[in-house]
Amino acid sequence: MRTISATAVRIRVLLFARFAELLGTADCELALPAPATVRDVLARVRGMPGGEAIPERPLCAIGLEQVRPEDPVCDGDEVALLPPLAGG
Amino acid sequence: MSFLSMEPIALEPMIGTVTSPERGGVAVFLGVVRREHAGRGVTALEYSAYHAMAERECRAVVDDAEGRWPVAVALRHRVGHLAVGDVAVAVVAAGGHRDEAFAACRFVIDEVKRRVPIWKKEMYEDGSVGWVDPTDPAGIRPARPMEEPAG
Repeated sequence: MRTISATAVRIRVLLFARFAELLGTADCELALPAPATVRDVLARVRGMPGGEAIPERPLCAIGLEQVRPEDPVCDGDEVALLPPLAGG
Repeated sequence: MSFLSMEPIALEPMIGTVTSPERGGVAVFLGVVRREHAGRGVTALEYSAYHAMAERECRAVVDDAEGRWPVAVALRHRVGHLAVGDVAVAVVAAGGHRDEAFAACRFVIDEVKRRVPIWKKEMYEDGSVGWVDPTDPAGIRPARPMEEPAG
């Protein structure tokens, strides 16, 4: 159940491929003031060392579903930042 | 059965899962590691994935294809370390006739490229390493050196 906390939103960020290399980690925990959006998560991650090379609007997913920058993030969410896909 | 595979893709068992006496048309697509990309000689590559989401997206692509055409589809994508010539992805679409088999096979490989979260790191003949990035004009972004495959 996704709930919107009154004060802070604690989330886990998942980083893959080139983004994980840029940040030097595959995941990190963040606390953001509520209410928060995917855009807030991106701003925070892009402010981390190495994060400035992550584009402003990368593909993102919450709960394995693609989301948009303006979509809300809720306490306990796993927010995945996905570099351009290169399968096949 | 998962769609992602650390092991080499075995085509015959995939064909066996979708063929039946009613399905007279079977189309197969294999994506194979090429020795050249963007003018650079490729010596090896490594696929990584957001596994949980990739499995879910592969399932959705197969379901979409089987909903659009009267076919049965098998799909596998390699992850991990691959050499030139290795099969990276295999699609098998079996239907009553060739038209739906070819159409579904083409749809599945196009959708895999479009929506499945898989990434490709290439090692080049000059020792450099790059992330394949279809959105970048150069097609490649610099990467950290690749780890040697275990074993």
